[in-house]
Amino acid sequence: MIVDSEQGLFCPDGGFHLDPLLPVERAVLTHAHGDHARAGSGAYLCTPETAALLRRRLGDASIETLRQGERRVVGSVTVSLHPAGHMLGSAQVRIEGRAGVWVVSGDYKREPDPSCAPFEPLRCDAFVTEASYALPLFRWDEPAALAREIVAWWQGNPATSVLFCYALGKAQRLLAEIARISDRPVWVHGMVEPFAQVYREHGVRLAETRHVGDERGLKGELVLAPITARGTPWMKRFRSFEQAFASGILRIRGTRRRRGFDRGFVVSDHADWPGLLRTIRETGAQRVYAMHGHRDALVRYLREVEGIDAAPIGRAQPADPEGD
Amino acid sequence: MRRFAALYDALDSTNSTNAKVAAMQAYFAEAPPGDAAWALFFLTGGRLKRLIAPRLLATWGCERARVPGWLFEESFGLAGDLAETIALLVDTERNGHSAPGKTPPLSRLIEDRLLPLRDAPEEQKRRAVIELWDALDRREIFLLDKLLTGELRVGVSGTLAIRALAQHAGLPPAVVAHRLMGSWQPSAAAFAALIAPEAAETDASRPYPFFLASQLEEEPETLGDPAQWLVEWKWDGIRAQIVRRAGGVFLWSRGEELITDRFPDLSGVWATLPEGTVLDGEVLAFSGGAPMPFSVLQRRIGRQKLSPKILADAPAAFMAYDLLELGRADLRGQPLSERREKLADLVQGRSERLSLSAAVKGGSWAELRELRKQARERGVEGLMLKRWSSPYRHGRPRGDWWKWKIEPYAIDAVLVYAQPGHGRRATLMTDLTFALWDGGELVPVAKAYSGLTDEEIDRLDRWIRQHTIERFGPVRSVEPVHVFELHFEGIAESTRHRSGVAVRFPRIARWRTDKKPQDADTLQTLRSLIRVAR
Repeated sequence: MIVDSEQGLFCPDGGFHLDPLLPVERAVLTHAHGDHARAGSGAYLCTPETAALLRRRLGDASIETLRQGERRVVGSVTVSLHPAGHMLGSAQVRIEGRAGVWVVSGDYKREPDPSCAPFEPLRCDAFVTEASYALPLFRWDEPAALAREIVAWWQGNPATSVLFCYALGKAQRLLAEIARISDRPVWVHGMVEPFAQVYREHGVRLAETRHVGDERGLKGELVLAPITARGTPWMKRFRSFEQAFASGILRIRGTRRRRGFDRGFVVSDHADWPGLLRTIRETGAQRVYAMHGHRDALVRYLREVEGIDAAPIGRAQPADPEGD
Repeated sequence: MRRFAALYDALDSTNSTNAKVAAMQAYFAEAPPGDAAWALFFLTGGRLKRLIAPRLLATWGCERARVPGWLFEESFGLAGDLAETIALLVDTERNGHSAPGKTPPLSRLIEDRLLPLRDAPEEQKRRAVIELWDALDRREIFLLDKLLTGELRVGVSGTLAIRALAQHAGLPPAVVAHRLMGSWQPSAAAFAALIAPEAAETDASRPYPFFLASQLEEEPETLGDPAQWLVEWKWDGIRAQIVRRAGGVFLWSRGEELITDRFPDLSGVWATLPEGTVLDGEVLAFSGGAPMPFSVLQRRIGRQKLSPKILADAPAAFMAYDLLELGRADLRGQPLSERREKLADLVQGRSERLSLSAAVKGGSWAELRELRKQARERGVEGLMLKRWSSPYRHGRPRGDWWKWKIEPYAIDAVLVYAQPGHGRRATLMTDLTFALWDGGELVPVAKAYSGLTDEEIDRLDRWIRQHTIERFGPVRSVEPVHVFELHFEGIAESTRHRSGVAVRFPRIARWRTDKKPQDADTLQTLRSLIRVAR
């Protein structure tokens, strides 16, 4: 039902691509991150939240929306979108047709996240899963405890606490976590704020944000910024600061040390190893395809240990999904 | 163990010197003395001898984590560190829960559980290790594995740990540093003695903390009048102290290793020294009134048994340059001029194996700069500059002692092999092997680990992964494309290297992106440098 193509995953019966890498006629998008939602295609289908986040990037392309759980016939298949727990609006794509039920997970996680709907396990015949962190090295601790660590670091640091993270998704998730335990405002880089607005419009409660703008100093404050701001003149506005990074790759100790961060917070929006295995079992899928990251390790494990028919799909991608 | 693990985390999660000292000071104040003693041992660079081979630990880790061998390997490949791989995989296997078992205190763990494993049969080791893993949390497993393989390193300098302990004890750091010298062994009693206000009965063998010179980076003219400076040749041997006390003689290397037995041919030297004497100087291979190359001494150090032939080929001598104790009195507070005068009187005519490191007479800095050019043919590394008025300090404080080294040798070589580094570079290809042309073939001549910026390391790491030709375990051969300028300090013939040449302290000076592999130097060029080095 789904095949590899130069433009990315393609569903011939529905006549659409999933998260296409190149411009195509019809695209179904799992979520609004730049490596999944690219401009230039003729028509898009995604959740209303994803559409809201993409408004600027996709310009005046034709975007149709489908609410989570709503079904739509496309070509000779029926398509529906279901929460993936990765970020606001992120969805798994369920495709039902003459070859049975296929689910394409997109990026997903199983940990609770106050900024989006939780992942919904779907029974299916074939499951296309992400594998960004598909090694047993990766297991995430409870997110609420991590949020408390972040707040403790910030509130114990007399200098500016600069926390680098993905400007869309991770930043808003952290703002939502922080809002639960602290009522102090958080300062944000210009790339974070517009997305935070969209989250709020969709009813997500975030910590109060203040745009860094031309502000200087900000001693004792927490600043969220994309990793691309690191080491640029933008940082000069903070006289003394500590730098932290929030990413799943920091589970490996050496990463933080060699990249010179003062602190590393292991926060990921992707499924960890136990999360991947649990999800695959819950789908009951007879056939599993793995994409991104350590997909080959997951495929081999599923075949040899779990006895599930598995294969890699899509293009190989770098194994640092939340980094630079 | 839990408290030590928390200290390790605290030290690991800050780059601030003050925060590190504060964390250690707090630890010393809270920890029971027996635990604090072991913590101090590790903080000052002490290591346990390896108790378990990494290969065995990997096998058991794989078993305990219930993952297939290939998946363990794959995980190890990414984490780059065995202790960490096991800690993370075990943590995942038990889903983040650790048994509610009580973590043993650090000293009990080491003395009662780990050290007795050394001679235990393999199966007993296996059971003991797995039992411990099950009782420890993730970061404790990491530390335990490091202890077992003898690789525990903490990210602080010994000087910093000593400063923290001195602050805790309310003593000057120099006193604590001195009490720690020599054969200090961790125990509750030893720790208590270390921080006691008054010194207990001292260990007769104890050397003084070494005064280390800093590299002179500016021109010597910035040091002012040359008449205020003692200028000596920088000897290329083993820095050492001779301690002559309580009827015994102890030769200490700068790494605080007791090396007395390695130099039986120096026994005549100490026999003549008066009781209560400590000399600082250099052990050299010395023949015909001149030092022999370091490689000669090195060959001798490597031998298990010192045959009469070795002793005859590489006869040792002690080149004294400072006097730290005389007639049982500590002279370190006196100016160098006074210590040198006493030293000259002391060594005068005592033994042909004991000489005074002579003052180099130059006059002006310009004349000294000319003399320094003779360093290589004299078999020395350059000049030492010591302020006549300086006391004998400890550690590497800048200002009074400088080493003014000769320019290093330089060659352009091609990168041919790479493998991951250690510690914070465990995930990066930073152990690099370089080759030179010999006929149409590239022959490996040196390994180098340092000299690139973090940005270059990242770039090179990516390139290596994409241009690997073949893998031999952790080692990869790469396409011979990149040229690097290597610097090194010494060069000697070698039968142990395929190239027939051994270079000393090789490091990367520059990534020569402007050069093509065919522009690299030949082995012939390198060999011709041996003749310069004589």
